[in-house]
Amino acid sequence: MISAIQAPEKYLETFETSKSRSGSQPRWLQALRQKAFERFSDVGFPTTHDEDWRFTNVSAVSGTSFELAEPITVSGEQLQPFGVSQFACRLVFVNGLFAHDLSTVGSMPAGVKVGSLAAHIAAAPEHVEQHIGRYLSIERDAFAALNSAFIEDGIYVEVPAGVAVEAPIYALFVTVPDAAPSMNHPRNLIVAGENSQVTIVEDYVSLGEGTSFSNTATELIAGENSHVEHYMVVREGEKAYNFSTLRIQQGRSASVATHSLLLSAALVRNNVHPVLAGEGSECLINGLFMANGRQHMDNYMLVEHASPHCDSRQFYNGILNGQSHGVFHGRIIVHKDAQKTDAKQTNRNLLLSDDAQIDTKPQLEIYADDVKCTHGATIGQFDDNALFYLRSRGLAEAAARHVLLLAFANECLDRMNSPQIREHLEKLVVAGMPEAATFAGPRSGEGAERNWEEMG
Amino acid sequence: MSLLEIKNLHASVNDNEILKGIDLTVNPGEVHSIMGPNGSGKSTLAQVLARRESYQVTAGSITLDGKDLMAMKPEEAACEGLFMAFQYPVEIPGISNAYFLRAALNAIRKYRGEDEMDAMDFLPLLKEKMRMLEMDERFLNRPVNEGFSGGEKKRNEIVQMAVLEPRLAVLDETDSGLDIDALKIVAKGVNAMRSKDRAMVLVTHYQRLLDYIVPDFVHVLVNGRIVKSGGPELALELEQKGYSWTEGEMAGARR
Repeated sequence: MISAIQAPEKYLETFETSKSRSGSQPRWLQALRQKAFERFSDVGFPTTHDEDWRFTNVSAVSGTSFELAEPITVSGEQLQPFGVSQFACRLVFVNGLFAHDLSTVGSMPAGVKVGSLAAHIAAAPEHVEQHIGRYLSIERDAFAALNSAFIEDGIYVEVPAGVAVEAPIYALFVTVPDAAPSMNHPRNLIVAGENSQVTIVEDYVSLGEGTSFSNTATELIAGENSHVEHYMVVREGEKAYNFSTLRIQQGRSASVATHSLLLSAALVRNNVHPVLAGEGSECLINGLFMANGRQHMDNYMLVEHASPHCDSRQFYNGILNGQSHGVFHGRIIVHKDAQKTDAKQTNRNLLLSDDAQIDTKPQLEIYADDVKCTHGATIGQFDDNALFYLRSRGLAEAAARHVLLLAFANECLDRMNSPQIREHLEKLVVAGMPEAATFAGPRSGEGAERNWEEMG
Repeated sequence: MSLLEIKNLHASVNDNEILKGIDLTVNPGEVHSIMGPNGSGKSTLAQVLARRESYQVTAGSITLDGKDLMAMKPEEAACEGLFMAFQYPVEIPGISNAYFLRAALNAIRKYRGEDEMDAMDFLPLLKEKMRMLEMDERFLNRPVNEGFSGGEKKRNEIVQMAVLEPRLAVLDETDSGLDIDALKIVAKGVNAMRSKDRAMVLVTHYQRLLDYIVPDFVHVLVNGRIVKSGGPELALELEQKGYSWTEGEMAGARR
């Protein structure tokens, strides 16, 4: 537990820096941050002895001294390669801080608030106070505590009751690595009122190479009968660590879809934690992770059914190449009162090389007696029959493999509602796909396929 | 020159010899039917022609339009004009029928040095072929074969054949599992494809198919050998007498 002792000392200084940088935050926020920092200091970073972190070693993060990323200006031109200018509503954050000049909100229906959390804390702190830190527990996770200790800026979206926001709200988080390892802790708050509708994208990118640590947290409050679609994209640099927590609180009959697309970073931990608190709510938890080289991508799902008649659907597909390591941990908790729960979980993985690795773990805790929970996982290679079928129609072997990869990715992309975002993300997926020529596919044929499916 | 020339073909699966010396010549414009009981080697012959790698050819030769088929990969055979309609078409979730077929057609066109076809030109072509096979347009955007009924899968194979316009089509038990209406539709599609330049090999267990697609030649395959060849009347004879009849013939053929 060396890291647990060391961590606070390294972070105390940056915590003080952060406090003085964010200046005159309201007292309640200062108190929240202080409490979160104390919590982090108490528990420190998790180790692989912790069941929730069994497959992911965070020593690369805990063993590095990160400076708080400096405010920095980047030009619109520098952002061109990220291809997000097509989105009418764009929020750009650089090193965790809102970049006003690079952002454009466009026209929004009356009453909708879209912009920077820091600005909204300054302008209408009581709105923020109502929600922030209310659902994201600093007790559960050290990284959530660390994020809360450094609350400064991030997305703020508030959609009043009955309002539908048509255009997706696209937030680009740009990390600009410094000579020394740097970190940022974006904190996002999305409040969708009763009967409202909104689509939000968080896209994490790096501008340049260098060691960086993005530790983000998003609280998404979906009011009664609201429809919210959330996208999380990670395409950071080769020395970037990206940790994120999406905490969703769903009201009665609220429908939420969360899509994760993990394309690159040295180490990714993707926590998705919906609580189906209102009766009749439903949640789609959809994801695709593609790891190359020595990348490590860990997906930790915690789906809590807290009310009757709620549906959750988890679909995660992993494509693992090189010596990469993927993790899917799918935990479902069905609370005592959550009768008629219908929870489904599917994790499918494609291993493209003999050295790639996947750990997949379902974890069902059911305290109600009238529920339907199913989970299943597959780990395998290309289906020889499908490969032969494609080749017999004239596609060269490499092209046939490419088509099958695309098909596998499409299973996830096809669940996305917004055609504009889907098209944009498909381009990223295709660009991020391993060149068919670079993987021959494992030769270990028989016994390589593993499947399991259970009903509970 | 013959389109397909098979000489003394021996083939094995997992060191089990299935084909034990097949000779067959197919000329452009001809339709041949290969009939035989279960386990006689019919499907093995089809798979060998389509160049499935798990089938080892241990002796003999096959030429397609004078070229050595045994030296070709499956995709090269396809590009050289060979098409096999699968007995069990494969489901490929995540890829639409239209995308898949355009990719296939363009791979073949590219191989032949022709321009690739864009979606605007391709869609009307595909729709026309689907109408011929009485397939609803919604199948365009459905994932390849996923959730299709048995009959829909078989019709989808013939749609593919119609789009790819092979010189030699091998239909592996395309009639199996079809009801009479579906069989008529498939037969209509196949008959529309008959031409003086194209040859077909129909692998089937049942004579019924040959009521709708009348072959020029019928070959009876038993235990890895062609034991009898003749005209369409042979299929009827087989229907009346059953495959056991050919077993006596086989003994005769061995002499």
